[in-house]
Amino acid sequence: MKNNISPFTKFRQSRIFWPLVALLLIFIFDGIYAPGFFKLGILDGHLYGNLIDVINNGAPLVLVAIGMTMVIATGGVDLSVGAVIAISAAMGAVLINPAFGNELISNDILTQNVSRTPLGLIVLANLAAGTACGLWNGFLVSRAKIQPMVATLILMVAGRGIAQLITNGQIMTIYYTPYFFFGNGYILGLPVAVYIVLAVLGLAWLLVRKTSIGLFVESVGINAESTYYSGISEKNVKLLAYTFCGFCSAIAGLILSSYVHSADANNIGLNYELDGILSVVIGGTLMAGGRFSLLASVIGALVIRTFTITMYTVGIPANALLAAKAVLVLIVILLYSEQAHKIINAVFERKGRSKDAKN
Amino acid sequence: MSNPNDEIIRLEGICKNFPGVQALKNVDFCLRKGEIHALVGENGAGKSTLIKVMTGVERFDEGKITYDGKEIVIRSPQHAQNIGISTVYQEVNLCSNISVAENLLLGREPRKLGCIDWKAMNKRAKAIMQDLDVDIDVTQPLGSFSTAIQQIAAIARALEISSPKVLILDEPTSSLDAHESNLIFKVMRKLCSAGVGIIFITHFIKQVYEISDRITVLRNGKLVATHETASLPTIQLISEMIGHSLAEYDEMKKSEFVVNHKKALLEAKELGRKGMVEPFDLELHAGEVVGLAGLLGSGRTEVVKVLFGIDEPDNGCLIVDDQLIKKHSPFEMIMHGVALCPEDRKASGIVGDLTIRENIILAIQARLGWFKFLSKQKQYEIANKYIKMLNIATPSSDQLVKNLSGGNQQKVILARWLATDPKMLLLDEPTRGIDVGTKAEIQKLVINLATEGMGCVFISSELEEVMRTSHRVVVMREHEKVTEFAGEVSEREIMQAMAGGE
Repeated sequence: MKNNISPFTKFRQSRIFWPLVALLLIFIFDGIYAPGFFKLGILDGHLYGNLIDVINNGAPLVLVAIGMTMVIATGGVDLSVGAVIAISAAMGAVLINPAFGNELISNDILTQNVSRTPLGLIVLANLAAGTACGLWNGFLVSRAKIQPMVATLILMVAGRGIAQLITNGQIMTIYYTPYFFFGNGYILGLPVAVYIVLAVLGLAWLLVRKTSIGLFVESVGINAESTYYSGISEKNVKLLAYTFCGFCSAIAGLILSSYVHSADANNIGLNYELDGILSVVIGGTLMAGGRFSLLASVIGALVIRTFTITMYTVGIPANALLAAKAVLVLIVILLYSEQAHKIINAVFERKGRSKDAKN
Repeated sequence: MSNPNDEIIRLEGICKNFPGVQALKNVDFCLRKGEIHALVGENGAGKSTLIKVMTGVERFDEGKITYDGKEIVIRSPQHAQNIGISTVYQEVNLCSNISVAENLLLGREPRKLGCIDWKAMNKRAKAIMQDLDVDIDVTQPLGSFSTAIQQIAAIARALEISSPKVLILDEPTSSLDAHESNLIFKVMRKLCSAGVGIIFITHFIKQVYEISDRITVLRNGKLVATHETASLPTIQLISEMIGHSLAEYDEMKKSEFVVNHKKALLEAKELGRKGMVEPFDLELHAGEVVGLAGLLGSGRTEVVKVLFGIDEPDNGCLIVDDQLIKKHSPFEMIMHGVALCPEDRKASGIVGDLTIRENIILAIQARLGWFKFLSKQKQYEIANKYIKMLNIATPSSDQLVKNLSGGNQQKVILARWLATDPKMLLLDEPTRGIDVGTKAEIQKLVINLATEGMGCVFISSELEEVMRTSHRVVVMREHEKVTEFAGEVSEREIMQAMAGGE
């Protein structure tokens, strides 16, 4: 009985099953209430439509979710991702035009389509800033032994302040068009952000499945003491997870600032930490740490984005969106509870049994 | 004494399936009024499951339960408690930071004008404890008393809450010494003379004979037999529990170890750490088993922790394989070919939510580092090799370790370390809380490993085990190495050294 598990049962027990079910439910809802949701068109040689919006808009959240998954799997949490996004965005804007925020410079210099720093260097600086933030968090958690929630809260609060310092308190509008490539560009008809996400996901997958890091991260999340006794440096594992999360947030900041053509230290990436955590939770990784699935978290992030866009499409006013989201969260959490699983599994098993009987 | 017709609870034909295993197969059990009924069996025999069925934690698939003459269904632990079935678990489930009185009467404190009437509460608690012949200051925090007293307080609370007719004691004496166990036994006898039926679960055969009236033996989820204790010889009991005779112990013989005056594998000189263990010297040679004897808390565990770099020593030096250890950490020691099976299997041994395979390769992977990840195929190869070699009872290496029984978990940890191919193996209570059969297997394994040239340090609370396996016995007392015995030594001599008296 144990040996011949049907492919469907295997799929049903895999981590991506429930997030996919959630996504499917939203799609079904769309199919009924938002005709045209799935319509794809071609404009100027690239695809457009709600689904493309989901992927393009959702890219930063997906990136944050990937980083957050690693951190949560070690049994921690990173509240600073939104602030890191702001720092990364501010870094980009300020390097494009260091004169920003200087009131003596006239407007036409500011709005020039030029950059004072080569684009490659800007990207590097973005990533370096975010990675450094992650390293800082990792240091506080692994070496200073501060509780993750408290340690990252420090940067969550301070990060936006740092971003303001970088931008001199201004909302910086970016006029340098090559920078828009990351958020608005297209390659072969698909948004550039999609390729970036795929690249990061690929990198993360390599890290967790082709090296022993994934195993160590899970092991630390389940039982840090046993892991240490086995000769694994739990400190370095945690340090790596937070650093990687900072790196992912930095890329998210790059895409977001490129997408909205500006860096607003107070509002860019707002609430991303919460959506990021929610994505991971929808992806089925326990907040206590342990077993995780990157793909499931990615789908979790897509669920959130799809839901948001769906709500806009069916005409829910923006001010009611948070309430609607709360309902989604409630449903998801209920679906994930042990009780619900028991009931659902029982239903499936009964079906399976009656099928066997017929055969 | 108990009367055969006075049954309180009777279980008939109980079956319970878990995914992949049948935990109970057609088990019958009955408890009489005022008897102490020992429930024995190896790990994984089904004792815990039977208890869980009886206390409403698990639903059984088939069978029936008759309680007080009526057939009933036990819906939940709460329900079980309400109808008079109480359980006291191995780990004390009380709060050690509040007073004994508060623990006993938590949630049912006597009140006066809406406030807790402390005077009445302490008086009441004192009376409860005195009923059990324990006279202590109940206003002191529970944690300031010995484990035995805490255990008795747990029993007292169970009695206070529901005045049970059935009291289940799950290994109440597992961490107690003989004197402390006697305290518990006194309480048990008192209760059963008041008509309470007690189910007593233990691994200590001696205690079974000391206290129980009847014995029920389970093996592999099946009922073997129920006997009157008085008419069951020990040898028969043990062979019923493990299913094969105890010849294994007899054929076990430690290899003759001749101290070759070659260099020691491991040499500790004046090694120590303030507050943990006084500076000690220790040598470990290839092919030698060194036993560490001492009471709980004598510093045995601290010795191996310092050796393995879990806690950094602040005094003396450690030389392994002619190399002075400069950086003390588990990783460093693994690289030098040292391995440690820790005392607390759950907290510092297994990683419960990982599979058996992942648990086994953990240390070897730590040694290889982040980027030399073993392929799945290689992982399975290693895991399956040790599952076979150590006889780990599991359908596949993809099972989660937390689903295994204690003895098998211990074997998984042993496998983890053997996989790193160590030269020195430090074993801290590798046989604690596991069944007789596995105990013998592990001891045999240690002896075999030593014969093949490994150096082993063996810690056990059971002196007999230490003597059976070790070539040399080091005695610890009050965080200090007291003495060392080589060659033939009597149990008495070691015990005297452990106790410190003449």
